[in-house]
This record gives sequence, structure tokens and C-alpha cells, in this order.
Amino acid sequence: MSRARARIGWTLAGLAVVVYTLFPLVWILMLSLKVDAVTPGFLPHDWTLGNYATVFDSGFFLSALRNSIGVSLIATLLSVALATAAAYAVARLRFIGKRLVLWTALVIVMFPTISLIPPLFDMWRVIGLYDTWAGLIIPYMSFTLPLSIWTLAAFFREIPWEMEQAAQVDGATPWQAFRRVIVPLASPGIFTATILTFFFAWNDFVFGISLTASDAARPAPAALAFFTGESFFEQPAAQIAAASIVVTIPVVVLVLLFQRRIVAGLTSGAVKG
Amino acid sequence: MAAKHEAGARRAIRVTPAAWPRTEQRLGWSLCAPAVGVMLAVTALPMLQALWLSLQSYRITDPGSRRFVGLDNYALILADPLWWHTVGVTLLITAITVSAALVIGFALALVMHRITFGRDMVRTAILVPYGIVTIVSAYAWLYAFRADSGFVPGWLGVANYDFFAGFGSSLFVICLSEIWKTTPFVSLLLLAGLAQIPTELYEAAKVDGATARQRLWKITLPNMRGAIMVAVLFRTLDAYRIFDNVFVMTGGANGTETVAFLAYRQIISRTAIGLGAAVSVLLFLTVVLIAFVLVKAFRADLSRIGHE
Repeated sequence: MSRARARIGWTLAGLAVVVYTLFPLVWILMLSLKVDAVTPGFLPHDWTLGNYATVFDSGFFLSALRNSIGVSLIATLLSVALATAAAYAVARLRFIGKRLVLWTALVIVMFPTISLIPPLFDMWRVIGLYDTWAGLIIPYMSFTLPLSIWTLAAFFREIPWEMEQAAQVDGATPWQAFRRVIVPLASPGIFTATILTFFFAWNDFVFGISLTASDAARPAPAALAFFTGESFFEQPAAQIAAASIVVTIPVVVLVLLFQRRIVAGLTSGAVKG
Repeated sequence: MAAKHEAGARRAIRVTPAAWPRTEQRLGWSLCAPAVGVMLAVTALPMLQALWLSLQSYRITDPGSRRFVGLDNYALILADPLWWHTVGVTLLITAITVSAALVIGFALALVMHRITFGRDMVRTAILVPYGIVTIVSAYAWLYAFRADSGFVPGWLGVANYDFFAGFGSSLFVICLSEIWKTTPFVSLLLLAGLAQIPTELYEAAKVDGATARQRLWKITLPNMRGAIMVAVLFRTLDAYRIFDNVFVMTGGANGTETVAFLAYRQIISRTAIGLGAAVSVLLFLTVVLIAFVLVKAFRADLSRIGHE
């Protein structure tokens, strides 16, 4: 196949992919523009921006957004830092119990979250972390560390020893060798871990609902559950859809910013043998 | 150079663990300690408490009758056909969603890797579904497939068909939603594995006359083993604990209840804390078993130093 035909082929494939991934998002957009969600059809018959007005008028949703941003950013930064340190140790140092670290991490994510909530709720009330940012940041870290550690360990494992040794021969301390040589090589993995962690924290619903009680710490997805409809039994789907679009925008922005660093880093061949 | 490196690594591994340099051991532990500390702080106590609760008969609505019953809760659950039906449904959903996500995710990874024109747009678009709140995504799919609020029945020409009235069709929508939402996660991990394969291998293969299919099976997939394992492992663990989509779409009706939903129902709706804890522990043990099997099957040990 000639170069040009291959390019066209992949571009068409890309188009199909974009439709597949964004179509449901467009549907949510359509829902958010409907006057009443319970009307059939894809395109809204009567459409309105009123749902968005409602979302922004209610102060509680804006504070929820603020909570989400703060908690997610802090949790992500801390989680990735700790995971990088642990993953490096597991992949490149020799010490007894390293396999235990990996397996402990795995065991953590295997336990059903719903069962952990009641005891955690009790613990946080006693310690005083209930309804605080820290009360959310710590569980978010706990549940994102395992995947980050496993992913980063896989990355670190692929980096050849010679790179560190060469740097040390040139007179660098182990820390400098790590910072100047290893980190750039592992950066696609670090950005991957970052985005995965952020998404977990940003989209969390279960902890947000259970470990908060007020605007002080309630994150956006949990706030969605507090939208009230006309009747007690009807979910105001259109408003929730509008709020969801608002909640998804930072995600799209982040992905746009990060995808270059992740994917470009992954495909630049920096870590080839 | 590669042979010398491997020989060096092999020599290093033959040293017994007790003789590993103290400083290295201490460094290793001090790097791991914060992460391990945080992980255990949140989960150790609650997990132990869940285990303890599972050995009791405890209804929140009747605290006076709380008593220790040993393994009775487990016997009750394992003898109940509902439990086995639920496990079956959960395994079915897991198998379907993980294999579909693996195939589609691999295709997505390939596109992300090879596309030149429109690359930013495509790569951004692929990651978006993963960034949407799961509950929201579940509602979106629910409303799309309902005749009174959506468009799918109309577009498919089955305007009066209720997708959520039967087991098969409900499961179909649940799986679709789950697959759509989780494939980006798989594709990102697979892309990482894909991009690490040296192009020299492909060039050498082409010189030898290998077809595209041979290149895929003999070069691409074997070299991605680590990435595939992590992707399958974490996706399977998550898939087995599926909850949000079932909760929103059917509320467990039509026999679509999954194990996690069963635990939820025991704890929240029936306030049978002891039973709910026992279901949770069983769910946990099953997942541990699955993980063990998967890791053994892939035989890719991440803690081994050096290349294979």
C-alpha cells in the first residue's frame, strides 16, 4: 500500500473512532438542551439553555466544582509522586518483600468499595476527617496508587541499566541520575499514571456521596445526586445532563493538554532497547 | 552488549536476598513506605472489620439480636441458587466486556499509534469516555435506549421494544455502556506497550518477507505481554465488580443482578450487615483468585530486574 493510501486509511479509521467515542457525549449534550428529558428523539424538539442557567445559578454546584478541582489535583500530585518512588524501588532495587508491595497494592483494589464505606465513615468521624478535602484525598490516593505503581513499574523495568550507570560514571549522584535520565525516559508512564489517577478522583461518586455532608467538601459528581426534580420520583435528567457537560469540560481540556505528552512520549521511541 | 548486560543481571540475581546490600534494602523500603502506608491506612481496618462482621448475624434494624455465628452466613450464601446465578451473570458480563475492550482497545491503540492526519483530535477523543462520570454515562445510555426519552428504538425500527424488560436485552445495553466507557483505559495501556517495540524488529521481519498478520502475532503481541497483562488484570478486576451501570439501568431486575449489587442490596436495602459483609468477602476472594490465575497465565513478573 502506498504511503498516501495508508495515511487516508488511518485517517478514515480515526474518523470512525471519533464518532464511536464522542457520539454518546453528543447525546448527553442533546439531553442537556431538551426542555423535558422524557421526550423521545435524538435532537431536542424544543430546546433551551435554561438547564445550564439552573446549573450555574445554584451556588452549591459551583462550590462542588471547586471541591472537585482542588481534591482531584492534590490527590493526583501526591499519588503519582508516591507511586513513582515505590515503582522505581520495586522495579530497580533489590529488597526483601518487594513482591509483597505489588500484591498488597493489588489486593487493595480487589475489595468491593461499597463494603469499605461504613467503616471508613466511622473512622473519619472519629478522626475528624469527615466532610473535609483530606477525607477524600486520602482514599483517592489509596485506590489509585495500585494501578499507578503497577503501570510505572512496567515502565521502569524496560529502561536499560546502562543509562543510570552511564550517568553515574559521568559523576552524577544516584538522585541526579534518577532525575536527569530516568524521569524523562519514564515520563510517558508518569503522564499516563497522572491522567488515570485524575480521572478516578474527578469521577468518583461513591466516596463523594458517603464521606461528605456539605458544600465544604462535596465534589461535583456527588452534587449531581442532589439535583431535585419537580416531583420526588423524577430525576431532572436534562439538568443533570447540563451539569455533566460542565463537569466534563475540564476533562476534555486536560486530555487535550496531556495527550500530546503521553502519546508523543510513548511513540517517540525513547525507551527502545 | 545485550548478552553482557544479561550476564551481569543474571550474576546479580544469583546473590541471595540476605546478602543484598543493606543500603539498597533500606532505600527500597523507604521509597515504598509512604505508598504502602497510605494504601493500608484506608483499607486495612475496614477490610478487617468487614471480615469480622461477616462472621456475625447482624441486622441494623435489630441490634439487640446481633450475635456471632461463625461461618453460617457463608453456608447460607453458598447454598443459595441466587448466589450462583449472580456469579454466573457477573462472570458472563466480565468475559464479554473484557474481551471486547481488549479487541477494540487494541484497534484504538493502533489508530493512536499510526495516525498522522488529525492525530491530536483522535487521541483526545479516545480518552474522553474514560473521563466521564460513570453514573452519568449510565444514565445517558439508559435514556438513549428508552423509547420514551431516547432514539435507539426509533432508529433501529423497533419503536415499541422495551430494552429493559428482558434479561438478554438489558444485559446487552449494560455491556455496551460498560465497554464504551472502559475501552479507553485499555487502549492507553496497550498503546504504552505498543510504542515500546523497536521498529528494527519490524524492518527485519519485512526483509524476511513476513506478512502483516505474522508481524502482528510474532512480533507485536509477544512484545506487549507486560502491557496486555496489566490491562487485562486491572480491567477484569474492575469488570467483576461492576455496579454503576446495573444500578442505573435495571436496578438488578430481570436477573441482571451482579455480585457487587447483591452486596449492596444486602447491606443497604435489607440492612443485613453480616450477610452483606460475607458477600463482600466472597466477592473479594473470587477476585483474588482471578488475579492469581491471570498473573500466572501471563508469566510476566514485574519485580524481576533486567530484561527477560
